Amino acid sequence: MSKTATAASQNAALLNQFYRDMLLIRRFEERAGQLYGMGLIGGFCHLYIGQEAVVVGMQAATEPGDQVITAYRDHGHMLACGMEPAGVMAELTGRSGGYSKGKGGSMHMFSREKNFYGGHGIVGAQVPLGTGLAFANRYRGNDRVSLTYFGDGAANQGQVYESFNMAAVWKLPVVYVIENNQYAMGTAISRSTSETHLYKRGVSFNIPGEEVDGMDVEAVYAAGRKAVEHCRAGNGPYILEMRTYRYRGHSMSDPAKYRTKEEVQEMREKHDPIEGLRTKILAAGAADEAALKALDKEIKDTVSAAAEFAQMSPEPDPKELWTEIYA
Amino acid sequence: MNAPTKISFSQGINMALDEALAADPNVFLLGEDIADAQGGGVFKATLGLSAKHGTDRVRSTPISEQAIVGAAVGAAITGMRPVAEIMFMNFLTVCMDQLVNHAAKLRFMSGGLTSVPLTIRCGTGAGVGFGGQHSDMLEAWFAHVPGMKVVTASNPADAKGLLLSAIEDDDPTLFIENVAMYAAQGAPPEPGYKVPLGKAAIRRAGGDVTIITYGRPVGEVEAVAETLAAEGISAEVIDLRTIAPFDEAAVLNSVAKTGRAVIVHEAVKAFGVGAEISSRIHEELFGQLKSPVKRVGSKYSPVPFSPPLEQAFLYSRAEIAAAVKATMG
Ligand SMILES: Cc1ncc(C[n+]2csc(CCOP(=O)(O)OP(=O)(O)O)c2C)c(N)n1
Ligand SMILES: [Mg+2]
Repeated sequence: MSKTATAASQNAALLNQFYRDMLLIRRFEERAGQLYGMGLIGGFCHLYIGQEAVVVGMQAATEPGDQVITAYRDHGHMLACGMEPAGVMAELTGRSGGYSKGKGGSMHMFSREKNFYGGHGIVGAQVPLGTGLAFANRYRGNDRVSLTYFGDGAANQGQVYESFNMAAVWKLPVVYVIENNQYAMGTAISRSTSETHLYKRGVSFNIPGEEVDGMDVEAVYAAGRKAVEHCRAGNGPYILEMRTYRYRGHSMSDPAKYRTKEEVQEMREKHDPIEGLRTKILAAGAADEAALKALDKEIKDTVSAAAEFAQMSPEPDPKELWTEIYA
Repeated sequence: MNAPTKISFSQGINMALDEALAADPNVFLLGEDIADAQGGGVFKATLGLSAKHGTDRVRSTPISEQAIVGAAVGAAITGMRPVAEIMFMNFLTVCMDQLVNHAAKLRFMSGGLTSVPLTIRCGTGAGVGFGGQHSDMLEAWFAHVPGMKVVTASNPADAKGLLLSAIEDDDPTLFIENVAMYAAQGAPPEPGYKVPLGKAAIRRAGGDVTIITYGRPVGEVEAVAETLAAEGISAEVIDLRTIAPFDEAAVLNSVAKTGRAVIVHEAVKAFGVGAEISSRIHEELFGQLKSPVKRVGSKYSPVPFSPPLEQAFLYSRAEIAAAVKATMG
């Protein structure tokens, strides 16, 4: 463990914050899954359960004003950015109270206020966009860093490498966060990818890369701080490969025949980021059982209120079809 | 063995692929997650084919549309017959260059020395909540490119017969599948059944007005024609089957007879296939028309997620009926 991570682990407040943020995502996603099962959410719904440590650790490593962009598995990123659970859930149910007023759905939400730039459904396409966020920062000389997330599957899209080269040549402040959850829909990474150590993908562009245990929020935080500082100091892009795992199917309709139940069970039982941190918090005395129980209740209430709002918020008026197409 | 009494749209596609693979060793399939170990395709259209024909011929690919289509074009110019699955039509935008600048033009630019016997299958369509980046009907984009053929089916047997013809055809053909129809049932075709490219089908004969359509709206139009018949309006329904190049003779002959025409498609109305067909009718039959040609399409908006907005976006039976009545004056 690095010095930074050791320092972080000594910081009880930080550990509690990590725990709270990860638990909110977990409970939110569980509820979204339930609402989907009840037919209240339609279309696609890609849950982030299992990967919570990645966005929570990374977000803690940023400063206000830094930007986030990702693909369609985006609920966790939005919550980590501080977007309202109710507004996110109401977008999942397609209601007027959702962040995109019901026009976007689960895959397409934004918050200028929280510097969240979507929510994108074309695999890999957010990578050049995130590079453009960094370009604008560099151009304006504003010190901001862009966190550009994508998956192991997206790492096989050509536009990712056009972006890497441009970012490196122009020294753009962008951290490419590769969420390697080992599957792209039904395809295991080893079947589709010749070099499965994705942190090496920057080698030929002179972009430094690092492999990180994405199930360990402190490790993510430590690596995130280093990468963000590298970018902020004007040294150009940085790649972090987060080794992580999604517990649920690719989206809600995935029968998941491409991997064994035992494999999933093993990850849940031995590597769960929330359970792992919980044990650590209790051992370190950063909080006691009663405090964690109270927190659990508080988060459950927040998520219930979000689910309630998502069902009560009115459907958008059909006239909305004609608005916001042009300026 | 008893033949099934009904098959689904995706089974129709599966049958065509199976027959093509069995008939010609130059046929191979590639696409994301299409082999059985990855699920047999997100819409199950290729289910069982890798088990039967092997993963050398039914290949799951990385998520790399440019390389999928580019490699398919490369293999095709050596005489192979690739069938590439691009999961959603919107992802064709990622590999547009390989389709528009290469597949469509190589025969012409090589003075006839090359040919690209390539088939691209893709799913799309609104009404199922897939949102703005997974639902567009972009057939007019491809119909606008000389050298590309564009085909779509309105029922399982046609899906089978048209896809088989597309694979055997020597030109690059885009085969569009409506995601809302994969489970739709229909009569099973005979083994070997083929539907020729470039030929429309008259789904219903009528004398007052011609309704020209293709793909999913065919069923909607037939239902509307039925209710209009009860009101004394006799509509002829033409299913184009091939969108480009379309069966001009079938369309013009029918409109010459009825003197009225309505074109219906799911793609947004503005700048759509309906505009081209309407223009051709006006150019050829202006003097014989009893009223201006009408068009029905979806609204000029990105496809919205929320179900009520999505329904408002889509063309409707009421709009089709109103358009027909407007031509009746
Ligand atoms: C250009 C493009 N091709 C294919 C798809 C279909 N698709 C959606 S998600 C996905 C898998 C992506 O896997 P990965 O990048 O590993 O992200 P994860 O789902 O694991 O978070 C695929 C193939 C798409 N949306 N866009
Ligand atoms: Mg993945």
